[in-house]
Amino acid sequence: MRTEAPVEPISINVGRVLRTSVESLYCHLVTRPTGRAVRLAIEKKVAGTSRTALSVIDLSEVTVMDFSCADEIVAKLLMRFLQEDRPVDVLFVFQGVCSSLQEPIQTVLERQELLAVARDSDGRCELMGTRTEEQDYVWTVLEGRGRIVGAEVAELFPGSHHREALEELVRRRVAFALPDGRAYHALSNLVLGTP
Amino acid sequence: MRVIELPASLDFQTLDALLAEVVGAGGEKVMFDGRHLRWVGPNGMVGLLAAGSVGRDRSGEAPILELSGAGDVSSYLGRMGFFQAAEGIFAPGAPFPRRSPGESDVLLEITPITTNRDVHDVVDRVQKRAGAILSNTLGYPQTAVVQFSVILSEVCQNILEHAEGPGWVAAQSYNWSKRLGRHVVIISVVDLGRGFRGSLSDEHSARFADRWGDVTALEAAFIHGLTRFPDSGRGQGIQQIRKQVRRWDGLISIRSGTARIADVPEWFDAPPLEEGLSDFPGTQINIVLPERLDDED
Repeated sequence: MRTEAPVEPISINVGRVLRTSVESLYCHLVTRPTGRAVRLAIEKKVAGTSRTALSVIDLSEVTVMDFSCADEIVAKLLMRFLQEDRPVDVLFVFQGVCSSLQEPIQTVLERQELLAVARDSDGRCELMGTRTEEQDYVWTVLEGRGRIVGAEVAELFPGSHHREALEELVRRRVAFALPDGRAYHALSNLVLGTP
Repeated sequence: MRVIELPASLDFQTLDALLAEVVGAGGEKVMFDGRHLRWVGPNGMVGLLAAGSVGRDRSGEAPILELSGAGDVSSYLGRMGFFQAAEGIFAPGAPFPRRSPGESDVLLEITPITTNRDVHDVVDRVQKRAGAILSNTLGYPQTAVVQFSVILSEVCQNILEHAEGPGWVAAQSYNWSKRLGRHVVIISVVDLGRGFRGSLSDEHSARFADRWGDVTALEAAFIHGLTRFPDSGRGQGIQQIRKQVRRWDGLISIRSGTARIADVPEWFDAPPLEEGLSDFPGTQINIVLPERLDDED
């Protein structure tokens, strides 16, 4: 019997979005209006999902991203889908974050006290943004295991501060919990199902 | 007619006196006498365009720009695209030279910034040209070209988002062998918009009460990252430019209204804050990036 994936995968190539959504053949993510146009295009692409989705935002074709674009495409996008009244339930992983994109992304995440999962070309994930030591530890454990079933949580995290950090990672949308708390997934574990 | 003599060397420091004279001319028609001009950098060029625009707008007549005799300078101004940008601003004392076709050694010609498309064009051009200059001439890592493009993008957006007036950007590399013993890249941006005080006034002047002025407005934006937008994502541009310029041990100064604020590296002698300058309607940003020394990390 084939079980349904816990989230619906959506893959979005930002380079392609940039070429098709913005008025001209721009190849760099610069200026706030460009960032806004790309963000709106991403929001439109994920709007059709009927259940929780994992959107892989592929930045591998992008070499230049200024701080205005990072604010629009990363910070504002994440903030929109952190809100209680978010239009749909979507988690995000930023893929292909090369070294030149690290600084603008990290800067806007810190400014807005956000967290994001970034995945490099080798498939390794890292946590970016502002977090506590406990959140960092718990995320690293979860990332290493891929999935933690509910019964393992108390064993892996005997301290309440770590269990609280796990819930906080779910709330901040860099980890995914099945509705009844049966299991917690690293987003990288869910990305494997994304085309 | 008010005759204003251009100095032999026109850069971001000698530009102050020129702007003071233009402002002092009031509504009188102006003639810029550039016959003794021997050197002009990006700040001088875009500053001269700004001074000409101020003279034109205040007198209602295009100022005359006399450059005959300044042969090498004219040729260089041509390569930097000055005469194209000067159309509609100056009336030439003698016909402006035509721009010579062919490959250019210029990092970024004088480029008007009026739309977001202009910013994209600037970044496209710089991405193609700046790599060799930054790595071979300044000794920066190959990846520096991206940070350099981001600096240009952010300073150009400053014109579009805050000035609400016309502006220009230019960049070029120079050998400052006598002045510094190193090569430098100079980026200059100027606009004739509302200036920092004008941009921030509605949102922030009340809390500063009678201390509000050009200095406090510059400090608010330059040091504290305030903008007129309530959006907390705004105001990062200048902060991030300063951070990157510091990493490269560079100089950045912003002149707006009657004040100038700067991050001054050890190799340059200038105060971090100047006030009481002649009132410049708009903003001038000057960035000087020096060649990396061997013992720098």
